[in-house]
Amino acid sequence: MRYLPHTIEDISSMLNVIGTKNLDDLFSIIIGDCRRKTGMDLPLPLTEWELERLMGNLAGSTAVSPEYRMFIGAGRYEHHIPASLSYLLGRSEFVTAYTPYQPEMSQGTLQAIYEYQTLISRFLGMETANASHYDGAAALAESLLMAVRITRKKRVALSALIHPLYRRVVQTYFEPTGYEIITFPYLENGKTDLSPLEKIDDIACVAVQSPNFFGCIEDLKRAAEKTHEKKALFVTCFTEPIAYGLLKNPGIQGADIVSGEGQSLGIPMSFGGPGLGILAGRTKHIRSMPGRLVGKTKDRNGKRGFVLTLAAREQHIRREKATSNICTNNSLCALTAAIYMATLGGSGMQKLARLNYDKSEYLKNELKKAGIKTTFDSPTYNEFVVKFPCGFEKTYNHLLEKKIIAGLPLARFYPELAGHSLLCVTETKTKNDMDEFVRKVKS
Amino acid sequence: MNRYPGATGLILNEPLLWEKGKKGRCAFSLPQSDVESSPINKELVADDVDLPDLSKIEVIRHYTRLSQWNFGVDTGMYPLGSCTMKYNPKINEKLASLKGFSLAHPLLPSDFTQGVLELMFELEQLLAEITGTDAVTLQPAAGAHGELAGMLIIYACQKSKGMRRSKIILPDTAHGTNPASAALCGFHPVPVKSDEKGILSVESIADIMDEDTAGIMVTNPNTLGLFEENIKEIAQIVHEKGGLVYCDGANANAVMGLVDMGEIGIDLLHLNLHKTFSTPHGGGGPGSGPLCVKKELEPFLPVPRIVKKDGKYLLSEDFPDSIGKMQAFYGNFAVMIKAFCYIRSMGAENLEKASRLAVLNANYIKEMLKDVFYLPYDRPCMHECVFSDKLQKKDRVITLDIVKRLMDYGFHPPTIYFPLVVPGAIMIEPTETETKEEIDLFIDACKSVVQEAKEKPENLLDAPEHCKVTRLDEAAAARHPCLTG
Repeated sequence: MRYLPHTIEDISSMLNVIGTKNLDDLFSIIIGDCRRKTGMDLPLPLTEWELERLMGNLAGSTAVSPEYRMFIGAGRYEHHIPASLSYLLGRSEFVTAYTPYQPEMSQGTLQAIYEYQTLISRFLGMETANASHYDGAAALAESLLMAVRITRKKRVALSALIHPLYRRVVQTYFEPTGYEIITFPYLENGKTDLSPLEKIDDIACVAVQSPNFFGCIEDLKRAAEKTHEKKALFVTCFTEPIAYGLLKNPGIQGADIVSGEGQSLGIPMSFGGPGLGILAGRTKHIRSMPGRLVGKTKDRNGKRGFVLTLAAREQHIRREKATSNICTNNSLCALTAAIYMATLGGSGMQKLARLNYDKSEYLKNELKKAGIKTTFDSPTYNEFVVKFPCGFEKTYNHLLEKKIIAGLPLARFYPELAGHSLLCVTETKTKNDMDEFVRKVKS
Repeated sequence: MNRYPGATGLILNEPLLWEKGKKGRCAFSLPQSDVESSPINKELVADDVDLPDLSKIEVIRHYTRLSQWNFGVDTGMYPLGSCTMKYNPKINEKLASLKGFSLAHPLLPSDFTQGVLELMFELEQLLAEITGTDAVTLQPAAGAHGELAGMLIIYACQKSKGMRRSKIILPDTAHGTNPASAALCGFHPVPVKSDEKGILSVESIADIMDEDTAGIMVTNPNTLGLFEENIKEIAQIVHEKGGLVYCDGANANAVMGLVDMGEIGIDLLHLNLHKTFSTPHGGGGPGSGPLCVKKELEPFLPVPRIVKKDGKYLLSEDFPDSIGKMQAFYGNFAVMIKAFCYIRSMGAENLEKASRLAVLNANYIKEMLKDVFYLPYDRPCMHECVFSDKLQKKDRVITLDIVKRLMDYGFHPPTIYFPLVVPGAIMIEPTETETKEEIDLFIDACKSVVQEAKEKPENLLDAPEHCKVTRLDEAAAARHPCLTG
C-alpha cells in the first residue's frame, strides 16, 4: 500500500530492536477480551484510478452551477473564487501543518492569522477578532456565552430573524446551562421587533442579525442604543459578510460582539462545511473571549514575530474554567478569507458589494414589474422574500425542471410564510439569468 | 549536521499585508455590471472599507513567502504526540474539490444532492464498523466539538430517565479539552490519578463512581500512549451505577481493527478525521470530529440524520429526542470526502496494518531512545511514547531547549509538557507513514542534541538558529496583547 512505507526487512529489523517476534506481540497488553475477535468488514481497497471514478460518479449526481442556476442563499452563498486563491491554498506548508504550537516553525500560519484578525476587525469596525470558530452558528453560540460570562446575567434575547438554524445551534449549546433564551418577534416590515426589550431587565445581551434572514437591513444603531440602555451587551450576527463592503459595519453602529459566517469570503459552499466562524469584540473583553488568538511579539534579536497568546483562557491551561473547549478551529478557512480580502482590497470589496446589491435589486424590481409581490418592504441586501402567485409548489417545481433553483421555501422555518420563498442573487448571476428566471416565473 | 534535513537557506522577508500595496489596486477580476445601479439610502452606506489594496503579484508573493516560513508534514517528520501527523494523500485533496461537491448547496431538495448524501451515509457506516459502534453523526466540526456533542448526549439521555447528575470522572491522562467540554454541559470534573503503570486501576474508579456521577471520559489509548487494560471492568462499574462511558478517540490510530470499542464497554466516542483518517490539519483546522454511539444513544444524535428510504437518501429531522444541532448545516463535508477516500483506498487490511505499523514505529523509537531520555513508564506503548528531560537536568537544559534544537536538525518537535502527569514531558508520535530511514535520522538527531547538551549546552539554549525567527517572547505577548495591526 502506497501510504505504508515499511518493507518486510524494515519490520523485522525494528521488531528485533524491540525484542518481539512479530507485530502481533506488540499488542500483548490488549488482553484477550479487549481484542477485536473478527476483522473489519469494509469494502476492498481501491486504486487511485478506481477511486477517481467512484468519486466522479458521486459528484456527478449533484445539482450545481453552471448547469443549474441557483437563486438560493440562506447561509451559503455562491460567489466567484479567484484561481489564485485555490492555488495559494494548495501550498502544503499551510495545509499539512498543525496548530502553531511551535511558533519558530509556524511563522507563516501565525502572521497570516494575525493579518486575518486585523483585516476582520477593520472590516467589521471592531477592535479585535479571534483566530476563527467552526461556523457562524457556533460563533454566535460562543458569543452569547461570552456575553453571559462578562455580564454574569443568565438571560439572552435573540431576534427571530437570526438564521433559524443558528438559533437551533444556540438552543443546543444552552440546553444544559439553565440560561434563558428569549426570542423577539419580527414586524410587518421584515425587521426585528425590539419593543419587548422595554419590559425586560437583567439581560446579558440582545442579538440581532443584519442583513437578517429575510435579507432586510436592520437598524443596528437604534438596537444598540436600546440594548445599552438596559446595560446589556449588543451582539450582532451576519451570514453574508460581503454586505459590509457596502453597508455601515456593526462596529460603527455600537456592536459589542460581532459573530458571523465567513463562507462568502472565498470558501466554497461544500454542502455547508467547512465554513468560517467569525468572532470579533472589544479589547476590554479580550480575556473573556473564546478561541485561539495570535499576538505580536519579538524574538531574542528584537525581530518581529507572532505567537498564540492569552492561552490562560484556554482549555489546555484553564481546564474546566476555560472560556471555551475549542482546540482545532477553522484556521485554513481564516487564511482563505484573509487571502480573499487581500485580493479584493477595500476598493474591490466596495465594488463587488455594490454589484451584488444592484443585481439583487434588479431581480427584485423585475419580479415586481411582473406582478410578483415582495413580502417585506424594508431595504434588503442580496436576499429578499417573495410570494409566488398561483401556488408556490407548482412554480418552484416548474422552475426546478428548467434547472432553476427558485430560492428557499420558507414554510419549514416560518410556517406563517407558507408559499413564500427567500431568493438570493450574487455577482455570479447575469442579467440574462435573471430575465429568464422572471420569464419562467410568469409562464 | 550535514546529513540532517535542517539547513540554512534563503529566508525572504515579507512585511505585513497593509505595509504593502497602493490605494486603487485590485487583484480580483470584477465582473462588469450588466444591470443599472439601483439607489440606496445613504444612511445605510459605509464611507469607506478599511482593507489594503494590492495587486495580484503582491498577494501571490506575500502568501508564498509566508508559506515558506511554515513546516508541515510534507516538509518533514512531524512527530507531534496525540496529533497523528500522518501523510495527507493528495488525490483526496483533488477529489474533495470536484465541482459536484464544492459547489453543492446545503439547502437543495435531497433529490438534487444524492451523491453527497450517499457519501455521508456510507462514511457513517464505515466509521461504525471500524469502531464497533452502532450509529454515527458526522456533524461535529472537530474533536472537542465531538466531545461536546457526546456530553450533551449523556446529559440528554440521563435527563430522559429523570436523572440530573453533577459529576464526571476525568483521568489525569485524558486529553486537555475534556474538562472544558464536560464543564460546558454543567458537569463538574472529578479528577482521578493513573496508577504506577500509567493506567487506570479498577479500584480507583470503584472508589469514586457514585449515583451523582454521569460517567467517565477516558482517552484510550491514553495520553501516555498506553492502552487502558482495565477498561472493560471500569466500564462495568460505571454502568452498574447508571453512568455512561465516553471515549476520546483521538488516539484511535493505534487500534483500528484491533479493538472493538463497543465490545469493551464504550458507549460513545469521537474520532478525529484530521488525525486517524489522514485529512490535513490546515494549521489548526478545519477538522471533523464524528461521534460514534451505541444503539441506546442513537435517538439523541444531532439532526438532521441521513436516512435511506426506498433506495434514496434523505435528511430527516424526525428524531424527537435529538440534542439538536451542533452547527448550522451537516458538518465539515469537504473534510469527510477526504476521510472517505482514505478509508476506501486503504480497506480493512491496510487500516489494521497502519495501526500495527504506527505502534511498531513508536515502540522502536521508545527502545532506541530510552537510554537517551528518561522513560517514566517502561512498558510496551501504543502509537506514541512519552519521555522526559529528567536525565538532562544535570546539563541545565530543559525539554523546551531540547526540542527547539531539534528544529535546527529539520524536525518538527514532539508535543511537550503534556501529559501533565509527566513533568517536562516529550511525547513522540511518529505515525505509520514515516520510513525507517527518516525515523533513524530523527533518533540520531535526538542523540546528537543530547550530546550537544553535555558538550555545548549553549547550542540548545540559543536554538533555534535556522528558523525565520529565534525564540519568541511569549510572556511579553500575553502581558501586553497586540492582536491586530
